[in-house]
Amino acid sequence: MNARFLASRRLWIGIAALACIGATGAAMLMWRPAIAPIERPQTFDSLHVQRGARVVEAGDCAVCHTRPGGQYLAGGLPLVTPFGTLYSTNITPDPQTGIGAWSLPAFERAMREGIARDGHFLYPAFPYVHYRRMSEGDIADAYAYLMSGPAVNSPALANHMNFPMNIRPLVSFWNLLFLHGEPLKAATEQSASWNRGRYLVDGPGHCAGCHSPLNLIGAEKSGEYLAGGSVDGWEAPSLLGMARRATPWRQDQLVRYLRAEVVEGHGTAAGPMRPVSLSIARLPVSDAQAIADYLLSLPGESSVSEVHPDRVSAGTSDLHSGALLFASACAGCHASAAPMRMIDGRPALAHTSALQSSSARNFMKTVLEGIPANPGEPGPVMPPFAASLNNDQLIALAAYLRQQAQPDKPWTDLTSTLEAIRQEAK
Amino acid sequence: MTQVTLNVNGSAQALELEPDMPLLYALRNHLGLNGAKYGCGLGQCGACTVIVDDKPVFSCVTPCAGLEGKQVRTVESLGSAEQPGPLQQAFIDKQAAQCGYCIAGMLMRAQALLEHNPHPDEQTIREHMSVNLCRCGTHLRIIEAIGLVAAQNRSAA
Amino acid sequence: MTQASAHNPSRRAFLRGGALLMAFTLMPAARRAWADTEVDTLGTVVLAPDLPGSLRTNPYLDAWIRIGHDGITVYTGKVELGTGVKTALLQIAAERLEVAPTAITLLTADTALTPNEGYTAGSHSIFDSGTALFNAAAQVRELLMDSAGRSWGVAAALLTTAEGVIHGPSGLRMTYADAVRNVDLHLYAKSESPSMPPATFKLIGHSLQRLDIPAKVSGGPAFVQDIRLPGMLHARVIRPPRPGSTLQAFDAGSIKALPGVVEVMRDGNYLAVVARDEWQAIKAMRSGYESARWSGGQVIPEARDIHTLLEHLPSRRYPISHEGTPQAVTDGAYQARVTKQYLMHGSIGPSCAVAWFKDGTLTVWTHTQGVYPLRAGIAEMVRLPPERVRCIHAEGSGCYGHNGADDAAADAALIAMRMPGTPVRVQWMREQENLWEPYSSAMISEVRANLDARGRLQDWNYELWTTPHNERIVNAGRLLPARLLARPFTSAPSIPIAQPEGDGDRNAVPLYTLASTRIDMNFVTEMPFRTSAMRSLGAHINIFAIEACMDELANKAGIDPVALRLNHLADPRARAVVERVRDAIGWPHKRNEPGAGIGFAFARYKNIMGYCALAVRLQVHPQTGEIQIDQVVTAVDVGQIVNPDGLRNQVEGGILQSASWTLYEKVAYDAGGIRSYDWSGYPIPRFSQVPKKVDVHLLDQPGQPFLGAAEIVQGPMAAAIGNAVANATGRRWLNLPLTRSGQPA
Repeated sequence: MNARFLASRRLWIGIAALACIGATGAAMLMWRPAIAPIERPQTFDSLHVQRGARVVEAGDCAVCHTRPGGQYLAGGLPLVTPFGTLYSTNITPDPQTGIGAWSLPAFERAMREGIARDGHFLYPAFPYVHYRRMSEGDIADAYAYLMSGPAVNSPALANHMNFPMNIRPLVSFWNLLFLHGEPLKAATEQSASWNRGRYLVDGPGHCAGCHSPLNLIGAEKSGEYLAGGSVDGWEAPSLLGMARRATPWRQDQLVRYLRAEVVEGHGTAAGPMRPVSLSIARLPVSDAQAIADYLLSLPGESSVSEVHPDRVSAGTSDLHSGALLFASACAGCHASAAPMRMIDGRPALAHTSALQSSSARNFMKTVLEGIPANPGEPGPVMPPFAASLNNDQLIALAAYLRQQAQPDKPWTDLTSTLEAIRQEAK
Repeated sequence: MTQVTLNVNGSAQALELEPDMPLLYALRNHLGLNGAKYGCGLGQCGACTVIVDDKPVFSCVTPCAGLEGKQVRTVESLGSAEQPGPLQQAFIDKQAAQCGYCIAGMLMRAQALLEHNPHPDEQTIREHMSVNLCRCGTHLRIIEAIGLVAAQNRSAA
Repeated sequence: MTQASAHNPSRRAFLRGGALLMAFTLMPAARRAWADTEVDTLGTVVLAPDLPGSLRTNPYLDAWIRIGHDGITVYTGKVELGTGVKTALLQIAAERLEVAPTAITLLTADTALTPNEGYTAGSHSIFDSGTALFNAAAQVRELLMDSAGRSWGVAAALLTTAEGVIHGPSGLRMTYADAVRNVDLHLYAKSESPSMPPATFKLIGHSLQRLDIPAKVSGGPAFVQDIRLPGMLHARVIRPPRPGSTLQAFDAGSIKALPGVVEVMRDGNYLAVVARDEWQAIKAMRSGYESARWSGGQVIPEARDIHTLLEHLPSRRYPISHEGTPQAVTDGAYQARVTKQYLMHGSIGPSCAVAWFKDGTLTVWTHTQGVYPLRAGIAEMVRLPPERVRCIHAEGSGCYGHNGADDAAADAALIAMRMPGTPVRVQWMREQENLWEPYSSAMISEVRANLDARGRLQDWNYELWTTPHNERIVNAGRLLPARLLARPFTSAPSIPIAQPEGDGDRNAVPLYTLASTRIDMNFVTEMPFRTSAMRSLGAHINIFAIEACMDELANKAGIDPVALRLNHLADPRARAVVERVRDAIGWPHKRNEPGAGIGFAFARYKNIMGYCALAVRLQVHPQTGEIQIDQVVTAVDVGQIVNPDGLRNQVEGGILQSASWTLYEKVAYDAGGIRSYDWSGYPIPRFSQVPKKVDVHLLDQPGQPFLGAAEIVQGPMAAAIGNAVANATGRRWLNLPLTRSGQPA
């Protein structure tokens, strides 16, 4: 009995010791020190700041950190995730409500490790898993640009994250599993443009953040890099094998598409990609060319997006009613003799990626939400039709246009797709 | 031609229309309602704005088909020249019009806002009304007129 | 023979002379006469040069006022463009007739009924028509009182009037309707009218609510677009891809077979469809665009080359001001080249017209600015005598100058002639308005000026390049549809409006005291795009350039920019508006946010009309370059103010519109086509982008002549923005619109 007792005590002590070590380890994992605040941001020379402007455009910082109608970089944009809704923060150099008290080391730690100045964990909706690939120079330049702008007093909005994700320290475990990767080193056998493209795609551009499938806890699935994902209910298509699709992407087409233009065979970026493309349009065109060079070099098949055929045929496949709807609501812009077709040579809807995709999502979302104008700038726009077309009408229109795009591959899941979209909108 | 019954400004109207007719032309040419205007026909300017149930829509790209069972309201539903409703009266009080072509659309866009939010602040008014264009530059008076109703709603509350 | 007509013999003699003058207008030398101002055209002949306002061209009192038992009707040859002028003219007439506004029916331009006052343009409406009515109405009232006095044997001086009734001693009363029976109003007006102290005005100077707004807020029929006539059919036109294209093929048959289509019209390159229902017409039009095949057409230049192109196209050089002797000093001179792009009127409601050819007479309801010249052009085009054509003005959306209204009227006329007895309504589509309206010219101006050692402006050199700003309807060939016909009409040669009104050179001569001027205009006669008048014409760029130069000279010399202006303005009214704005905005203090700037500008429209000083506070976002206008303060002096709130409305609107032109607008095009076919290609500010606050100070001048208000802020607002941006960023932007990408790197 003694031995067994002793043995069990040792066991318990062992377990307790392990538990202590584990707890300490976990505690250490879940805790990060604050970095001392700075008094006021230093001033930077204009070359630094200009370079930083380019980095910040490439990183699409403003796309998340500016809400529509809000001040530039002052945060407040809601990001709806499967784990709740969070709001982007103020990254203007305001000392109280922005990052005005952040030193460069604090900024760099946030960018590479996802830790805020005061030590709290940032949610990986902020793509630090990608930003950690960026060069020191780019991070320093981005810091210079951000710290040189006007300070805006705009307090962060409270997030609404579901349990347990509302416990920030748990992000540390996510990081343990998924936070890896070093700054990219150039592949010497590839061109400078290709390397620049890969840097932009994997680093500041964080394309895989949307264009890769995510696992159950929101991390990019390994082995399915750029194989397609979804964001805000939109399909972020696979970026693999783009040069070898049924409607292949040519370099000049992809460059123009990335810069928010309307391209024959593919259409124009809509949904969450549109603001990204407007950012890319502000970069030198060589950056877009680099991205295109890199992406078009990627081999592989896209992961087939899953299609769930309804047991009964989807909605009404009355093509006649689709044609009438087209004449009523769409033809003013989209008919073959409409000005944007005749003058700008924009493609027929049948020749756009939304209508070519095996998923009807992007088509439906585009019709429902429209394409907003870039204020003060000319460019393609489209009104939202959510209040002008009911579900049956949208389904009929989708079927009608799909018939023109892919007569042998009708969309068979229109009803369920639309129901899911309406559900997500709630 | 098909039969369509539209509920416009509270009364059911049985109309015989081309099956693809957008609402704007039904309102103007078949119901004699001049409020909603043709400004672009492309859903860009809002001169054609009316309210369907509780939402402002571009009547120029909204098919009549599919509106069965919905309530369509035009500027005529807000009141008349002899008896203007509160929002119309506010526009008159502020003389919030120059050529006036955009105004009926502005009124309906504003009405939809006030029905959801009876006392919007100026920033909210500006953002909500951004869908509609005015070429004459009457924006500030329009904001004031809507603000006037918002203030009236606030004090009545 | 009435007492009044005893005044007439010399007038009658002059009238005969006037008839001779009319014949002379057909001769080349006299052509200058109809380009001399923006408003006088073929048909407006100065019959009585010493009469005020439009009485000089329409001297008979009964052209303006008719009194009967059905009430008082007042006629004006001007039209309501959304400026509130109809209400203002009503106030003037009612004031001087001393009746309530509700006692008057005011009729605007109608070739069958109203005087010919040329165009409603150039801020001339109150200047011309207001002045005419101010005098005519008072003289009519005086004649009525004389008539009553004669009937009663009482001196007119003992009579008073109230509410359309003449009152004499001992309760004598006579209505205007009765008094007029003994008056022949077919009488020349006199050059002097009974006076009326401005302090006694009950209507003039008061903000009467606009007559037209209640209908506009409640869906009442208010626009030409709302006209419905019995049996009216709906038409749409099908335009070529570009001017000069030739129609090669067109399947009229299949379009004719579409539901509701009644007529498919083809005449050379002119295409139109007519249907019973408007939507049917639109579908038929779409089908027409699909089936039509065209070849050729005018070359469209590349936008990036346009200013170089304008400098090389055929042009005529006009000296605008050559005063004094230049010292030819270049030290310390400021020199700049300013450019602007093509702008469009961008009327929110595309052009529309209704026409009806019935019993040998063609009637056209149109939102043209000039019913008389339009009538002449249409008559020539359809080969009817002018007296068989009637043009009646009905309001359209704001036009801001020569937009598609006249052409749409010509479309309606052509189609109506094809369908005698049937009223036809033509509505242009958005893209048709954007692609075919006459634009406002792209321009270049080069300024060079210097201060002498004492800080006085010395030599002022200015040269500008522009295509025409006045391609209005002087013949049928000025109507776009007439140029598409199988037997096309040819547009009359372009002639600039002479100074002091000016064309592209409007406001090219600074009001400031200058030692010498060398100001010239290169009037480019070959137009890459058709251009014509748009609100303020050349004043937009000229004032922008002049005021930029003033600021730069001031900064160089260490003189306050506002003080420099005051040092060179002798006119006390000019000084007054400048000082008011300077004080009201707290010049020169600007906010201390990064990117904040303050800018000032002054101009007197055409140097003969309204005075405007204006200051702007704005912010240029240091990172995005986005410009946000926080506050605008302006002071205006337009003489006797008729309707203060109406004036404010016009000034506010002009400020916002000029901000749009200056910050955002340009027609986008390249050799492949015009890309600004709808609002997506020609964005204008939305509610979230317009200035936050506009303060308008009105400096009334009771009893002074009316000066006109509609265009006085376009130039100063642009200039103040330019000066504020330079103040905010330290860099002078000189290419309009003021976008970062539009400036040299």
